[in-house]
Amino acid sequence: MNPAFSVIVFTTVAGAAQGLVVALALAMLGGVAVGPAFAARALLLAAALLVVGLGASFLHLGRPERAWRAAAMWRSSWLSREVIVLPGFIALVLVWWLAFRLGAAAAWTHLALPLAAIAAAALLWLCTAMIYACLRFIEEWAHPLTFVNFVLTGLASGSILAVAAGSLAGEAAFVAALAPLAVAATLVACGARLLALRRNAGLRHRSSVQSATGIAAPRLVQTSMGMSAGSFNTREFFHGASRATLRTVRIAAVVLGFVAPALLAALALVSGQGVWWLCAVPVQVAGLLADRWTFFAEAKHPQNLYYQLAG
Amino acid sequence: MIAWLRDLLRADAVGGAPASGRHAAPPVRRDRPSSTVVDAATIGKPGGPSETLARQLALVIDLNVCVGCHACVTSCKEWNTSGSAGPLVDENAYGANPTGTFFNRVQSFEAGSFPDTDTIHFPKSCLHCEEPPCVPVCPTGASYKRKSDGIVLVDYDKCIGCKYCAWACPYGARELDEARQVMTKCTLCVDRIHDESMAPEDRRPACVKACPTGARLFGDVKDPDSEVSRAIRERGGYSLMPEWDTKPANQYLPRRVTAAAGGTSEERRDLGEPRRGR
Repeated sequence: MNPAFSVIVFTTVAGAAQGLVVALALAMLGGVAVGPAFAARALLLAAALLVVGLGASFLHLGRPERAWRAAAMWRSSWLSREVIVLPGFIALVLVWWLAFRLGAAAAWTHLALPLAAIAAAALLWLCTAMIYACLRFIEEWAHPLTFVNFVLTGLASGSILAVAAGSLAGEAAFVAALAPLAVAATLVACGARLLALRRNAGLRHRSSVQSATGIAAPRLVQTSMGMSAGSFNTREFFHGASRATLRTVRIAAVVLGFVAPALLAALALVSGQGVWWLCAVPVQVAGLLADRWTFFAEAKHPQNLYYQLAG
Repeated sequence: MIAWLRDLLRADAVGGAPASGRHAAPPVRRDRPSSTVVDAATIGKPGGPSETLARQLALVIDLNVCVGCHACVTSCKEWNTSGSAGPLVDENAYGANPTGTFFNRVQSFEAGSFPDTDTIHFPKSCLHCEEPPCVPVCPTGASYKRKSDGIVLVDYDKCIGCKYCAWACPYGARELDEARQVMTKCTLCVDRIHDESMAPEDRRPACVKACPTGARLFGDVKDPDSEVSRAIRERGGYSLMPEWDTKPANQYLPRRVTAAAGGTSEERRDLGEPRRGR
């Protein structure tokens, strides 16, 4: 697939926002002492990130003015379900923020709303991941690891962002409670992503040029795709990057997205200096953008069997 | 000129009895002497004969006789770029890298190794799957499969151009129109085949009418007596990528076996025209 920048930004940024909300919710449910002003600001940050993600997703549409129609087919389409759950999640985050601002009872701010936020974040991860995992013939995606990786990378980036924000705001108890979660999430996310990368590297696709054409000859090569200069099919489904580029981006994704943030987090814990958490955030965001690019670029669409040679 | 001819045909059909010298009835009518014309005129309308998928219109492509001339490609483009939905874009049409929207492509493959090779021209358009994976993923309902005749269509007024249906089609049958920014695809010339104002022999997809070798058959694959069903049954019609259970309605008739394709050369007269020398 040809990775679309809009979708990469949307899934990465929204995932981090979901992770941030879940990290905050876990802190609330765990009884960690968090200042209400900080909690409200963190929720506002999450809502802002989600809105940025929503805006990026609009850039992927050919007819964004008709986007409202996309809520119609929730019975069958995971994309439609995501279109409903995402604004719902933003609204829930804003309600929670408002509850802090208005000084609502702890039963709301520290129990009901955090539980609802975790459920909504999980639902959104499910919708986003299933958009890809439900396409059974894109075999790199059609696997439970797609869902696992969307959840874990979101949790990793969101919790590191939460700890960075906490250290900036001087929320010592919050930082102390969530730092282990942030490190653990980043390491587990790294492991799960490596598993998926390994699986994809060894994948033997079910479709072949023989099954695509029904011509059984063992040697069967395309001599013309029926056009001289490409089409939507060649633009949308081929990334055009070399193997070396793919490999470089893949390595950069693992190093910047997971290894470096984990090391920076360890440095922060050892040295006790919160600035390392702040350094980890941009490094990880860059790495996870590269990781999401790899997620799309590695997916080999079976339609490519029909588009192997211009002429 | 084309539009003028079309108008002429329409006027002719409305005008009553077909002019003498018109082509003989197309093969589909020969197979179903009594009902085809009536069916074409009434299906999809309230009170029409079928609301279930008792009908499934489709193409059958005969790989023995396709010569790769692209007449189906150009006639498809001509018909569909002139329709009420608006033109199919052509970008940089006279430049070095022309590109545009087409509903139908003819590709070429080479089978076997020199000197025993076969060149196979391979037309590909939407297969109008009976289990179309592109339809349930559409978030707006713009993609749908018609109950009346099994054609998979896009409602261009509802499409938001998210491209998800194209991702969900293993065959690459859908192309986003870069000018209109909506998804487009083969309609089986839905605006021809049911048009009562056209002469009966014109109520077929443009590609079928254009094919000079008769490599494209059109009809109802759910009717066991139709030309397409008989061709599939008698000549080993097969689906593309059967591994994904999309149940394509369009089928392909295989090349008769030759040495180059992995068997022994043989001429089977019961399968149609004898194979000319190799």
